[in-house]
Amino acid sequence: MDFDLTEDQKEIKNVARELLSARSPWPKVREAAEADAYDAALWQEIVGLGWPGIAVGESHGGQGLGAVELAVLLEELGYACAATPFLATATAAAAIQAGGTDGQRERWLPGLVAGELTAGIGTAELAVDGHGADVIVLVDDDGARLIAGADAETELLRTIDSTRRFATVRGDGEPLNGDVADRGRAAIAAEVVGISQRALEMTLAYVKERKQFGVAVGSFQAVAHRCAQMLLHAESARSTAYYAAWAADAEPSRLPEAAALAAAAGATAAREVPASAIQAHGGIGFTWEADVHWLYKRGEVDRALLGGVKRHHAVLARAAAQRVTVPAG
Amino acid sequence: MDLTFSEPELAFRDELRAWFADHSPPPTSEPEADEDAHYRWRRDFQRELAQDGWAAVHWPPEYGGRGATLTQSAIFFEELGRSGAPLPANVLGLLLAGPTIMTWGTPPQKERYLTPILTAEEIWCQGFSEPDAGSDLANVKTRAVKDGDDWVVTGQKVWTSAAQYSKWCMLVARTDTEAAKHKGLTYFLMDMEQEGVQVRPLRQITGESEFNELFIDGARIPDENVLGGVGNGWKVALTTLMNERAGLAFFLQVRMRQTLDHLIAEAAQRDLLDDPIVADRLGELHLKAEVLRLTAYRGLTAIEKYGQPGPEGSLTKWMWSETNQQLTQFAADLLGPTALQAGGRWSYELLRARGNSIEGGTTEVLKNIVAERVLGLPKAR
Repeated sequence: MDFDLTEDQKEIKNVARELLSARSPWPKVREAAEADAYDAALWQEIVGLGWPGIAVGESHGGQGLGAVELAVLLEELGYACAATPFLATATAAAAIQAGGTDGQRERWLPGLVAGELTAGIGTAELAVDGHGADVIVLVDDDGARLIAGADAETELLRTIDSTRRFATVRGDGEPLNGDVADRGRAAIAAEVVGISQRALEMTLAYVKERKQFGVAVGSFQAVAHRCAQMLLHAESARSTAYYAAWAADAEPSRLPEAAALAAAAGATAAREVPASAIQAHGGIGFTWEADVHWLYKRGEVDRALLGGVKRHHAVLARAAAQRVTVPAG
Repeated sequence: MDLTFSEPELAFRDELRAWFADHSPPPTSEPEADEDAHYRWRRDFQRELAQDGWAAVHWPPEYGGRGATLTQSAIFFEELGRSGAPLPANVLGLLLAGPTIMTWGTPPQKERYLTPILTAEEIWCQGFSEPDAGSDLANVKTRAVKDGDDWVVTGQKVWTSAAQYSKWCMLVARTDTEAAKHKGLTYFLMDMEQEGVQVRPLRQITGESEFNELFIDGARIPDENVLGGVGNGWKVALTTLMNERAGLAFFLQVRMRQTLDHLIAEAAQRDLLDDPIVADRLGELHLKAEVLRLTAYRGLTAIEKYGQPGPEGSLTKWMWSETNQQLTQFAADLLGPTALQAGGRWSYELLRARGNSIEGGTTEVLKNIVAERVLGLPKAR
């Protein structure tokens, strides 16, 4: 039993944290979001580091690592709220690696890893980076499909989250195998861990600094307890997201339930932690300049991408019931 | 990252499972009408555990334990919970008094006290809380005054579990009224079997009496029964408190899972599992139970690797109490009046759960601790 990142995984995390804090501070995120565009220079750098292919096999130009390493990077991109197509590109690539045929891998992965092709991922109603993508991974209750961009009908969808692009997608495509949908949920849940952590840290910094009635507002129990609750949500998301990522790599038979756990805890954290951050910032938190709203907006859209708490609770109720022997009568 | 048990951990678990399978199936985890009989059963059960070296797996072998790792200790409590057996009678001795004496005791003290703790020959209780010193432990008012080779103690303690069965009490008393609040305290090992100590059971909202009041009037404690030195009581008490929650989280987590399974079975019998609202609530409870389990394992890894829990470590007791209350309340909603019948299992669970967010640190105080020590916020007002 060792429920912790390995030294190598921590190293990936630290490198990502350092790079993104230098290259993607809030002014850069704001600049991109206000222009409704990605940060092209940052994306080039990320491609150069090989991050889009983190969970793609080496034979296709990837790094040959797994879902945990992908989760670690997604967490850091979420923490930075970076305006890049990383989530869609890296998660779609990981999905094709895990559930695609040899032909599909050969056709799409080298281009995605090299940043020469673009990918979208999500549902027909909400696919991140779906508009104009070269390849789209679509997930629904029946499983996952891969649609070549040329065969898809997409429409740009403007959401509250302008750090990223979205689309509605129509098209049939080819089925992807197995647990691609659950891998996608696990990945989005990992991004939520970073969003929550950042929202919590920004809040802590603010309530330690901001004084009212002659004292830091963080010394009021009502504020302090709200922060404690934020930590509980964030750590619940972390425990389940890491579990799901680990299951995707090491124990795929546990993935359906683990992904539902991560999605349900992630959906809660994605909303509650940034919403609390806005509240704890007071009037400032409601202003455009305070930047916590980018996390809230991204969190709400991630929650929608995760596919609704009700579905996950239903999956979990079935999983729990399967383990229980019901006495006759 | 590896969320599976290693081969030695699995072997440990299987050996333990086999032991539980071989030993008398426990009557029930809930106190029966006769609390004393239930307690005697728990005492006998601990003797059986001790005979085969299972009573205190986390103790070093030199004191009769197995030198178990934290993970093995967690496995022990998970398996104990799974077996349906209650906690051993001398749980406070095994988890609190024993490790505190190992840390602070003199060689003669270790020699004298540890073995009878293990075998449940001598039961221990914890005399920390007072009417005016609950969450604010440093406010202890019970006085101990030196008289020859003895200390003479006067005061009152409360919430003392198992005091009516106890031979010894971990007693924190004030020995210096001049010193600052934390500094005038001393930690004693007090013999409960004397005139000066009166035990009065507190009847709780379930009707049973897990807790007691202690009235201490002129009780005598020989000087050799000071633990860790005069005036050092706060530090020694912290050792006791640090040991309080380590393994128990896993026992409580498994017990909550069993209660949830029981509720699912009842819902299934009533054909309620397909009701979307019922499924939604049960799914959410399953989620919270799993979050607790996973977070407890993260905390365990952090302690094993870094010597101290990470930010997650302070959350599990809060998670458990909140979820157990939600679970038992949902049972009352789902099962209706049958869940509210006097003496019934669900009635008991519902009422007992109210204590969860108070015992061992109220949720409000836990949130303060999280805010100050984990999040680094200024001291709360």
